[in-house]
Amino acid sequence: MIPVRRIVRQAAVTLGLMAVTSAVCAQGTQPPIRIGSTLALTGPLAATALVHKVVGEIYVEQLNKRGGLLGRQVEWIVKDDQSKPDLARTLYEQLVTADKVDLLMGPYATGAILSAMGVAQRYNKVLVHHTFGIPSLAKYEMQFPAWSLGPDPGTTVPTTVFTALAASPKPPKTIAVVTSKFPSVHFMSLGAREVAKKRGLTEVLFLEWDFGNLDYGPIAARIKDAKPDFVWVGAIGLEGNQLLEAMSKIDYVPQEHFYMYPAPGPMSKSPLAKNALSMTVFEEHPPFTNAPGAAEFVALYHERAAKAGIPDTSVEVQAAASYTAWQILEAGVRGAGSLDDKAIAAYIKTHTIDTIQGKLRFDGPSNYGDDLMRVKQVQNGRWVTVFPKEYAAQGATLQVQ
Amino acid sequence: MTLPGPALIAQSALSGVFIGSLYGLLGLGVGLSWGLLHIINLAHFGFAFLAAYVCYQLASVGGMDPLLTLALIVPAFFALGVAVQWLLARFAVSPLNSLLATFGLTAIIEAGIQGVWTADFRKLESAYASEKFRVGALFVPVPELITLSLALALCFGIWAAMRYTDLGRALRALAEDAPVAAAFGVNRRGHELILAGVCGALAGVAGVCLALGFTLTPSQIYAWVGVVFAAVMLGGLGSALGPLVAGIVIGVSEALTMAFASPSWAPMVSFTLLIGLLLVRPGRT
Repeated sequence: MIPVRRIVRQAAVTLGLMAVTSAVCAQGTQPPIRIGSTLALTGPLAATALVHKVVGEIYVEQLNKRGGLLGRQVEWIVKDDQSKPDLARTLYEQLVTADKVDLLMGPYATGAILSAMGVAQRYNKVLVHHTFGIPSLAKYEMQFPAWSLGPDPGTTVPTTVFTALAASPKPPKTIAVVTSKFPSVHFMSLGAREVAKKRGLTEVLFLEWDFGNLDYGPIAARIKDAKPDFVWVGAIGLEGNQLLEAMSKIDYVPQEHFYMYPAPGPMSKSPLAKNALSMTVFEEHPPFTNAPGAAEFVALYHERAAKAGIPDTSVEVQAAASYTAWQILEAGVRGAGSLDDKAIAAYIKTHTIDTIQGKLRFDGPSNYGDDLMRVKQVQNGRWVTVFPKEYAAQGATLQVQ
Repeated sequence: MTLPGPALIAQSALSGVFIGSLYGLLGLGVGLSWGLLHIINLAHFGFAFLAAYVCYQLASVGGMDPLLTLALIVPAFFALGVAVQWLLARFAVSPLNSLLATFGLTAIIEAGIQGVWTADFRKLESAYASEKFRVGALFVPVPELITLSLALALCFGIWAAMRYTDLGRALRALAEDAPVAAAFGVNRRGHELILAGVCGALAGVAGVCLALGFTLTPSQIYAWVGVVFAAVMLGGLGSALGPLVAGIVIGVSEALTMAFASPSWAPMVSFTLLIGLLLVRPGRT
């Protein structure tokens, strides 16, 4: 005769196994949560968009390993907008109406983000985006920026730069502002002029060039002629390197020089870029890498970026902002406990979210929170944060020529 | 407004001469193709960038001297030029359609470059890259000087060939009146293939110059189209020396605009010159 206690024990084990099995089956049978986005996988913006693709793949993989969202696996549908904002608009329409994705994630680059924002607004979808350059244009109440520029970067970013320079061993007295007319750069340079004036710096040169300029020789010659203590270069992408090369050709080394949005890899590797300054929200050193998950992400990114053929595998602004965007979306869905866009937006808007950039809030103008941009500098062939000192790499201080 | 000093003006003008020589070198192939073959070859820019990437690959990975890569690039791009011309002739593509067909080809080349080298920036680090010397107050960078020398040599060489050789005379006759030239025994198809090959080779040379002086990215292909077309039209279709002269005029004008006024006004220069020429001499192109 079988003892009653044994029967009860066996029944309990069987019931437990059934419960686990049914839970697993339920998760297996539930369709995945589909998140749709576009990226500029081809065209002029492809180099940077590839960074966002690698980051998105890493994040979704990690998320699914953690059990996904709301007990469901996550599938990321990414389409190629060919670096064309008009195509991005069409593809976001498709994602919402034909693919019927559950959630949206932003594309790369300001123009495409604006297009996606229009579609998101039309269908009342939450849009978290990576590196949107002109906060004043973000009017939709359910868009959330992952790049912690603050609502008025045209003032706050130059203020941070000039504060850093004022604390340097050789504070500049004169400034040359030279800038591309690329939209997300130009207003920052105009802001720099205003801030410099208020701080008592004498402007010895102001020049603008059209994006796509081919000859930087005369610009370099004019900077050399003006002899500024500090050059603010409103450059995006390769423009900074092109100007540095032109300056080198006439044997000119700027005393102190700042580049708004340089191509990070080519600039840090260029021997001409010694002591070049720029802005960052994340670099591969403490305290940034002390944020939960940051060190693991950095290691994974190195591996995946190398596999994807990205020449510079370090995590900086683009990769960090991209990772942050996914963190914001995940926090929103978990916080809301549903896929309802309005509930997700309400949660994000009213909560501070922990990200690898730090704690982000979204209750300011255009849903922007604090400006968390720090000053970084090329030192020994790599970018290190130098200001403010609580974010500086160990032993790093702002160097001057 | 303070006027720039003589050193700044001279340095800017020199910079304009150098960039203008590259406009001219790129324009030489485009102009010959347009004027003599009646093919508006947008793919010339794609070929030039493809050659630049090949030069980058051979020099960076293969360890070749960038100038020695010309020994491989020139024949390869000659063959490429011949192949494209053969295709265009095979389908009797009209001048307007050639513009569309070669635009498509350029997009394919751009995608191919991106597939092989990615859209990331590529910079050829060569022994020449940082070389420069002084002439008085002027700094003369060696890569740009190489470009200028090659542009001068090729433009004058082709000008002389067009003027003094049977091949050149035959090509000019074909451009003038193909049926009559053929009646005099000129092999139209063969001559056209040779000229297309030469244009392809010129794109190869321009590509090496691009690799020597510029950081490469596939989308840069299109940055050159407008100003080079302006140089070609100002210089005259089919002319060997015209695009170089026009390119240098544009380059120097742009550079002086940057020196005296604002760099953002410079792009207006080439097209203002072009519109001015078309108004003054409407039959020029």
